[in-house]
Amino acid sequence: MAGGASPVLLLVGLAVAGLALVPLGYVIATTAELGRQEAVDFLWRPRIGELLWNTVRLLVAGVAASTVLGVAGAWIVERTDVPGRGWWHGVLCAPLAVPAFVNGYGWVSTTHAVQSFPGAVMVVTLSYYPLVYLPTVAALRRLDPGVEEVATSLGRSGWGVFTRVTLPAVSPAVLGGALLVGLHLLAEYGALQLLNYPTLTTAILQQYATVFNGPEATLLALVLVTFCLLLLGIELLLRGRRRRARVGSGASGHPLRIQLGRLKLPVLAALTGVALWALAVPLGALVRWLLRGTSATVDVGELSAATATTLGLALAGGVTATVIAVPVVWLAVRHRGLLTTAIERSVYTASAMPGIVIALALVTVSIRVVPTLYQTVVVLLLGYAILFLPRAVVSVRSTFELVPPGLEDVARNLGCTGPAVARRVTLPLVLPGLTAATALVGLAVATELTATLLLAPLGTNTLATQFWSDASAIAYGAAAPYGLALVVLSIPSTWLLGSLSLRSGT
Amino acid sequence: MNLARPLAVATSLGLIAPMLTACGLFGGPKLVIYNAQHEQLLEEIVPAFEDETGIEVELRNGKDLELSNQLVQEGDASDADVFLTENSPAMSQVEAEGLFEELPSDILEVIPEMFRPESGLWTGFVARSTVLVYNTDKIEESELPDSIMDLADPEWAGRLSFSPTGADFQAIVAAVLELEGEEATRAWLEGIKENGTVYDGNNVVLENVDSGESEVGIVYHYYWERDRAEGGDVSDSSAQHYFTDQDPGAFVSVSGAGVLESSDMKDEAEQFLEFLVGEEGQQIIADSYALEYPLNPAVELDQVTQPFSALQPPAVNVSDLDSEAVVDLMTEVGFL
Repeated sequence: MAGGASPVLLLVGLAVAGLALVPLGYVIATTAELGRQEAVDFLWRPRIGELLWNTVRLLVAGVAASTVLGVAGAWIVERTDVPGRGWWHGVLCAPLAVPAFVNGYGWVSTTHAVQSFPGAVMVVTLSYYPLVYLPTVAALRRLDPGVEEVATSLGRSGWGVFTRVTLPAVSPAVLGGALLVGLHLLAEYGALQLLNYPTLTTAILQQYATVFNGPEATLLALVLVTFCLLLLGIELLLRGRRRRARVGSGASGHPLRIQLGRLKLPVLAALTGVALWALAVPLGALVRWLLRGTSATVDVGELSAATATTLGLALAGGVTATVIAVPVVWLAVRHRGLLTTAIERSVYTASAMPGIVIALALVTVSIRVVPTLYQTVVVLLLGYAILFLPRAVVSVRSTFELVPPGLEDVARNLGCTGPAVARRVTLPLVLPGLTAATALVGLAVATELTATLLLAPLGTNTLATQFWSDASAIAYGAAAPYGLALVVLSIPSTWLLGSLSLRSGT
Repeated sequence: MNLARPLAVATSLGLIAPMLTACGLFGGPKLVIYNAQHEQLLEEIVPAFEDETGIEVELRNGKDLELSNQLVQEGDASDADVFLTENSPAMSQVEAEGLFEELPSDILEVIPEMFRPESGLWTGFVARSTVLVYNTDKIEESELPDSIMDLADPEWAGRLSFSPTGADFQAIVAAVLELEGEEATRAWLEGIKENGTVYDGNNVVLENVDSGESEVGIVYHYYWERDRAEGGDVSDSSAQHYFTDQDPGAFVSVSGAGVLESSDMKDEAEQFLEFLVGEEGQQIIADSYALEYPLNPAVELDQVTQPFSALQPPAVNVSDLDSEAVVDLMTEVGFL
């Protein structure tokens, strides 16, 4: 079953899987506890219909718009002769460094027109299209241009090549990106709250503020989780079973670039437009409020306290998630088997759980089962760990797979015991990967808002929660320094993702 | 080579130190206040109290119902010594769970009877008045309604905004419910839902009225007063309309303070409440940016448009405000 893994390691792996399954278990268990009639009465009413309609149309329009923008951007950067491609790649990745709730603040503090359905779609699209753009750029770069060249030589037009050859070839990447956008939209709280656009997630937060973790919030969470699982299912269906594998990797590298010709100026104008709307508006708003806000007398003490708390939590959260990821990956890579694969998969279920559901689950479980942990940093860190474990596992796994098991065998033959092999051979080799995983999770923790709002012990203020308490009270000036700090903190991971997406070709 | 260990040690130290400080292991025990009142207000009172008594205070800030529900969940195990709210329904909820310690009469007697429950289990310490803010470019004061109940009439369609998800508005609904009964309240809620735009937060309502998105908005007086005092960013094109004549819209909401029965620092907690309702504490409140009405008759708030004595609030017993019935009603109507 588990390829000869030590029982201790297996137990640890199972414990991690159990932790990752807490949110799903909580939703199912508390829903089962509810009387059926009670649940139906709550869910079957106009308010829920309104929330569902808002959520669904935002989901459809936001995913569609992000996909179009992301794919178009990637195609322009990778397949046309647009001038300054490297620069535009940077610009198109950059909105990732502006957390969606900071973007929402930038827009709403500039114009009220965004407090509408089209406004909400626009703001979330500008925030989340890079999630489609990045994998699509990487896939385009990896794609053997020979295939496209053959289609061209067989007489397809540029558009024909794109729709019949290029797009199908990169569709898994596009779909994967679109799925991520969908999951983020379902989980989004801050931006939509500022845009006054109620969805399931904002309603859960309101329920929480009104009746704490009552059954109503759980029912809404159930609906939300159902949506996430539906999205996953749709993505699997769409991906289908079409064969994309080929023998030999082909030659990636220098594709024929389409001459834009007369279209060069309109394309450049469009790219500039995206840069202005996705970057200049929110950053401009931050700077403007910083300079003029009446409430902007920056309290340096509070700002630095929040920064210190944020960095501390980021480091601790990153280390926790990475440390928890190691046994899972170790089992999956070194002791492949049904059980270990199941453990690894269960970790991924959390990637479909919105932060709000994870937070609600931990609030309830900690109050009921381990009340001494409630309102402590421990619960917050567990929340971060569940939320970002999928990320940590992915990046830890990619480094573990590069360590040849032969090295470990040699060490064992030379008389090292199992734990000593891990300590003296494997860990030093994977340390850079672990550091990267810690950094990635840490940076995500640093800008996390929704789960932090529920799980941070009272009195623990992070940059995100401080920004939120000011921005949601229209103290735009007071929020500005925190918003700026959040952007600065997001730059490293954005830069890392941007450069990784280009490197994957070689 | 072995980086992992120092890293782990550094991390756990970095994590544990603040937790230890919070638990009061460094330094003496602290008086823990679960505070749903505006943080900035407490940041003015607490240092004065600490200076005078030498008792150290730790604030844990949250929202009314978030904290009251948390207190109910925590029960006897709660760390809290004192609970402060913005509005009274959250106090009633904790009172109904039997979690408050009865207050000594020298604290109670300072505050007029109508602003504290008969039970003596907690007391009001400041109050806020319901007002209708209106955009002065869009509407004349003479066109404004005489009663908050009129806002449910069709003539107000598309002209009104409010923040139904907050405890502030829910306290107003509780007063309407207490004064007008369930049927009338339901009809009123349905009417204003039809007529109004819903925002989250009274500041947001104020800003939308001031910018002309809405003609009128239901808020408490101090939102407008504070913004005016700070320069009028979101209040320069608006003014306040006070309802009169014991109208439900003239409701004055009481912020409550109580001592938890589970507290192991009851003496210190009572000292804090004594300070809070005493002349010194109330004067600090009156002089602060809060612009809420102190309830100790010896202290007058004079930097606002309407003095406390000019208000004509309806007689509502603070312990009769029923937050549970309000939440049910608002869920039924579809606000929540």
